[in-house]
Formats: sequence, structure tokens, C-alpha cells
Amino acid sequence: MQPALTIRDLEKTYTGGHTALKGVSLEVAEGDFFGLLGPNGAGKTTLIGILSSLVNKSGGSVSIFGHDLDTDLANAKACIGLVPQEFNFNMFEPVIEIVANQAGYYGIERQEAFKRAEANLKQLDLWDKRRVMARTLSGGMKRRLMIARALVNHPRLLILDEPTAGVDIEIRRSMWTFLREINAAGTTIILTTHYLEEAESLCRNIAIIDKGELIENTSTRQLLNTLKMETFVLDLESPLAELPVLKTHKLQWVDSHTVETDICRDDSINTLFTELNEQGIKVLSMRNKTNRLEELFMNLVENANSNRAAS
Amino acid sequence: MNTHEKLVALKTIATREILRFSRIWIQTVLPPVITTALYFVIFGNLIGPRIGKMDGFDYMEFIIPGLIMMAVITNSYGNVVSSFYGSKFQRHIEEMIISPTPNYIILLGYICGGVARGLTVGIAVTIVSLVFHPLNIHNFWVMFSMIILTAILFSLAGLINGVFAKSFDDIAIIPTFVLTPLTYLGGIFYSISMLPEFWQNMSRANPILYMVNAFRYGFLGISDISLMTSYVIIIAFIITLYLFSLHLLKKGHGIRT
Repeated sequence: MQPALTIRDLEKTYTGGHTALKGVSLEVAEGDFFGLLGPNGAGKTTLIGILSSLVNKSGGSVSIFGHDLDTDLANAKACIGLVPQEFNFNMFEPVIEIVANQAGYYGIERQEAFKRAEANLKQLDLWDKRRVMARTLSGGMKRRLMIARALVNHPRLLILDEPTAGVDIEIRRSMWTFLREINAAGTTIILTTHYLEEAESLCRNIAIIDKGELIENTSTRQLLNTLKMETFVLDLESPLAELPVLKTHKLQWVDSHTVETDICRDDSINTLFTELNEQGIKVLSMRNKTNRLEELFMNLVENANSNRAAS
Repeated sequence: MNTHEKLVALKTIATREILRFSRIWIQTVLPPVITTALYFVIFGNLIGPRIGKMDGFDYMEFIIPGLIMMAVITNSYGNVVSSFYGSKFQRHIEEMIISPTPNYIILLGYICGGVARGLTVGIAVTIVSLVFHPLNIHNFWVMFSMIILTAILFSLAGLINGVFAKSFDDIAIIPTFVLTPLTYLGGIFYSISMLPEFWQNMSRANPILYMVNAFRYGFLGISDISLMTSYVIIIAFIITLYLFSLHLLKKGHGIRT
């Protein structure tokens, strides 16, 4: 199957001399839900800018469903839908016109454009707001408007640059459901996000960029399997006067009713409870202290920084 | 994109541009009509009779074509410069840049918007002028072609200004310090034959002089400049500015990084 996206040795140096991308290569399979992660300033938005023709690349090649950006730009563009990080629609235009006009830029007739705009706005719960000026929408509505707009040309590749930033958890979850549905319907999705829980929940494959370099590119499952330790927080029934000493696990103090401990993925969790029982400590509940991917992400970025410093 | 799709894209951009200035007609259409009406009252009605005839015509009749042309120039320019800069400022220019719409279609779409506003204001000013003087049309096609060509030329100039503008100040500098002086010195209120030879020659370096005179020929049948020279100069300007605008859009000047 032809890849949805092929990037080879992609480089970008801005006029001021800042190098944002240092030879990034990656491939995204058709139908994938692909996460592009990295700290602020890692080069994610530059990469997306190049894919969507908003940033001129300095070197390397990009091909979207086999259409090279250098030789077949119009066809490459026709495959893409973009939800950028910042609001980039006319705040003084009615919502429905923003979506329908976008269809027009792809050569879709006005009547069909309005039909598609209606379907997308209904799907994203914006139909009631179709006639209002975009500036009057709430932050979450503006984000959904950008998704409705990006989907109006029925893109084969949807690129979302932090689509749920600043959106409350309820809307975020409903957007996740929506994105899963369109991915299941065949649209390839590339997602950048700072919410690692989001990437873990949605993405089948993940690439991590740091300081313009690709430091990881694998499946989410494989990435999570590399985690050896997990930290669990235990909520206790009775307050503790002092920290109990266990044979197999080392407990750490959080407060009088709460302790935490690191557990190796290969170890049985039963031994912890057996020892706590022996000491008469009753556990009411237990939870992961950190998001697993978040921990892994931090490890990878720190390792990459150490390697750079060493070399 | 095939030809039909390109035409759909052009229609979309042109419609969007026309709706943009129509929605805010109190800001875009009404003020130039009021300003020009004041010119008619002050220069035509109050001062005009004391000036007497100009090239054999009443002063009011002489200045009407120039004032219509001035309204067309400032509005076609103003429409494109503010719309294009606004789309850069709010970043919704990106909607078109990421789409497969070719640059020349984007350019033509903005020109359509500029010409539409120029013509709308031009027609409104012409209607107002009827209150002060009956309309004489010597050659409709010269008048019509000249107003269209002028609106195209200044739409292109407005787009170039919009491309280079980095702030709202930058979109006001050219109209204030270049366009307005050139328009006032372009023979709207006087015939250059009244000027000393040196200033007549200096005036010939002003492209607006050619437009005003050719347009006035369409109304009154008189011109300080040969009609052919006017057409050649205006068309040459249009071709140059069109190619330059296209080059700027292709390079993504001020749009892409």
C-alpha cells in the first residue's frame, strides 16, 4: 500500500539562522492515526507547516500519497486537510461561509459546498451557530469550526496541530470520539499534542521530535512496553504515624493517608498487598501517579539531550 | 485542479471579497460618496461659478469625471490592501495557501473584489453627481474601459502594498503620502494646459493624469493626453504589476516563512 506521507531528510533553516529541522525522515501508512510529539520548539509545527505549504523547506523531500511537493504540489495539497494550532479564520465571517468558502478553494461547487458545510457543522455541534460571526464563538467552538473546515474537502490526510489545546475535558473526549470515527472511515490522521494521554488513547504509531531531530518512531504499544517501572499511589484507610518498611517495595510518603511506590512491570503486585496486610494497613484505592507515555516521553527527551551533550 | 474547479475557486474568492465590503457598506461605500458630494458642493457649486469655464466646459462638469475616477482609484486600492493585509493579520490567507487554488486565481479573486468596490463607489458617486449636473457621455466604451482598467491597476497596487505591509500603519502610508498627492495632481481639478511648461512635463510623469484624462475624454470628449498613450501606459502598468504580484505570491513574500 502506498504511504500517506513520506518524508526524506527534511531540513528547515529560517532566515535568522535557526535550524528547526535537521534531516527528519519518516513514513506514515495510509489509514494510520499517527502522533507527532515533542517539547515546545521541537520542530513539529515547522514540519506541519512544510506539509501544508505554509513553510518553505530548506532541503529534503515530501510526498503525500505519492504526490511530491516539489513536482506535483496541487495534487498533494488536494489530499490534505489542516487544523492549525492557532485560529486562522476570518473572525468577521459567518461560520457557515468559512466552511463553504474553504470547499470553494478546492473547486467544490457552491451548492455542494454548503451541503458539506451543513453536514460537518451538524456533526460537530455547530449548526445552531452557522449564521453567527466566528469571533463570537467560544474557544472550544472555534477549535471545532477549524475541524469542520478542514474536513470539507474530504481530505485523505488530516493534519491536526494541537486540536484540543485549551478545550475542556468533555469537549476533548467528544472530539476524540469524532476523530476515531473519521479515522475508522479511512482518513489518515497526523496529530500533534501536548496531552500525552491523548496520544496514548488515539495514536497507533508515534514519532518524537526534539530539537529538530527524530528521536523515536515506533508503535504506541511498543513504546509503552519499553517502560519498566510504574509509580502507584495508594490511598489508605487510616493515617500513618510513620512510614512502614516493606521487604519487597520501598514506600514513599505523600501525606498521612497516602503513600506511593515504584513497581517493576515484571513484578507481581500481590506481594505489595500481602506485606501491607501483614502490617495491618488497609488500602482503599490505588492509581497510576503519572501518565505512562508522559514518563516515557520525558525519559526519551532527557536521554536525547544527554547524548547530544556527550557528543 | 481543472478549469471548472479553478473557476469555482475564483468565484468563491470574488464572492467572499464582494460580501466583505458589502457587509460593512457604512465604512466602505458611504464615506467616499459623502466626501465626493462635498467636493461637488464646495468646488463645483460654490467655487466653480467664480472659476468660470475650463476647456470650454462648466467647472462642475469638468471635475465630475475626475472625482468619479478619484473615488474608483482610492476604493479599488483600499479594498484590496485592507482585505489582503487583514487576511495576513488574521492568518486566514492560509485557507487559500494550503488549498490547490493557483496563485493567479487568488490574485484574480482579489482584483475582482477591488474592481467591484471601485465600480460600486464609482456608480454611487456618478448618481450623486446627477444632482449637480446632467450626465454627458461622449464615448461610453472609453469611459467604461478606462474605469475597469484603472480599478484593475489600483487593485494590483493595493495587493502589492498588502503583501509588503507589516502593520496597519504600512497600509495607510502609501494612500496618504503617494496616492492622494498623485490623484490631486493628476488633473482632477484643472487642465495641465494651465500649468507652466516645466510643471506640465512633470505632470506627465504622473500615471493618474493619463487615467483621469482618458476617462474625462469618455465623458466630455476632451483630453490633455492622447488616448492611445493613456491606454498603452495603463496596460503596461497593469502587466508589470500583475507579474510582480504573481511573483510575490509565488515566493510567499510575507505569507510563507
